[in-house]
Amino acid sequence: MKAVKFLLVGIFFGIVLVKSEAVSWYRIYEMFRFQSFHMYGIIGTAIASGILFLQIAKKGHIKSIKGADIYVPKKDNGLARYIIGGTIFGLGWALIGACPGPMYILLGTGVWSMIIVIASAVLGTFIYGLLQKKLPH
Amino acid sequence: MQFILNPWPWYVSGPLIALVMALLLYFGKTFGMSSNLRTMCTIAGAGKFSNFFKFNWKDQLWNLTVVLGAIIGGFIAVKFLSTTSGANLNPNTVAELKNMGFKNPGATLLPNEMFSLEALSSPKTLILLIVGGILVGFGTRYAGGCTSGHAITGLSSLQKPSLIAVIGFFIGGLIMTNFILPLIF
Repeated sequence: MKAVKFLLVGIFFGIVLVKSEAVSWYRIYEMFRFQSFHMYGIIGTAIASGILFLQIAKKGHIKSIKGADIYVPKKDNGLARYIIGGTIFGLGWALIGACPGPMYILLGTGVWSMIIVIASAVLGTFIYGLLQKKLPH
Repeated sequence: MQFILNPWPWYVSGPLIALVMALLLYFGKTFGMSSNLRTMCTIAGAGKFSNFFKFNWKDQLWNLTVVLGAIIGGFIAVKFLSTTSGANLNPNTVAELKNMGFKNPGATLLPNEMFSLEALSSPKTLILLIVGGILVGFGTRYAGGCTSGHAITGLSSLQKPSLIAVIGFFIGGLIMTNFILPLIF
């Protein structure tokens, strides 16, 4: 039964991203051309709500299902990996118009080509794993 | 019911995405979709080639379950919760894309010129999908997260590394959309 709640969260996530059009290739294009506020509005209100939630949780008002503190693990410090990795990610994101969540959601909407994109993304992650020690972080 | 069938406005969608993050934190997990790509590598036996893939992938089963849900959610959204599939784009965007050779910008979620099964017979399309996928998979792991892990979760928890990563996402996205896509199409 533990898996059911994650399945439901995933279903909800998929519905929200389709209904918000965040999975639309065109919306991503429009965003990077600064021709619409839509995506900025989505990301902006998501972050604002997220900050609000985490601040309330931090004050101890919200605990996890097991009664533990809610916290987000700290990311490692660094510069090169975030700016270079981020830029490479951005190039791909704008090209195929989908990041690692929408890829699966779009497959669910019936876009079979996404299987190729997902397989290639797995390959890209594998290449990173091979080169990890040689890359600046 | 009509408000559910219509496209959802950004001020509804954004907080609902934050709710996904909040629910996962409540369940003791962290929102991050790109981690699943690494898990899939591990399941496929990538641990033989790099220690990066040596971890107990069963600890990530919950995240793969979210992926399965996301696929089902996408299906439900287009099958039962939508009357139209088109996005109401800026007319300038539509005109621009038509100039680049896209036939019906915004009429579908994705351009048929790149994602329809017929388009796959063109080597150019196939290469674009593969290159795009590799860039996303490589970049997200190098940066340690994607839109969900850095832009939503990382920025919500006010982390500087995530801000740097998101700036990177935009540098790459702006270069692709403004300088490279016009060369491709």
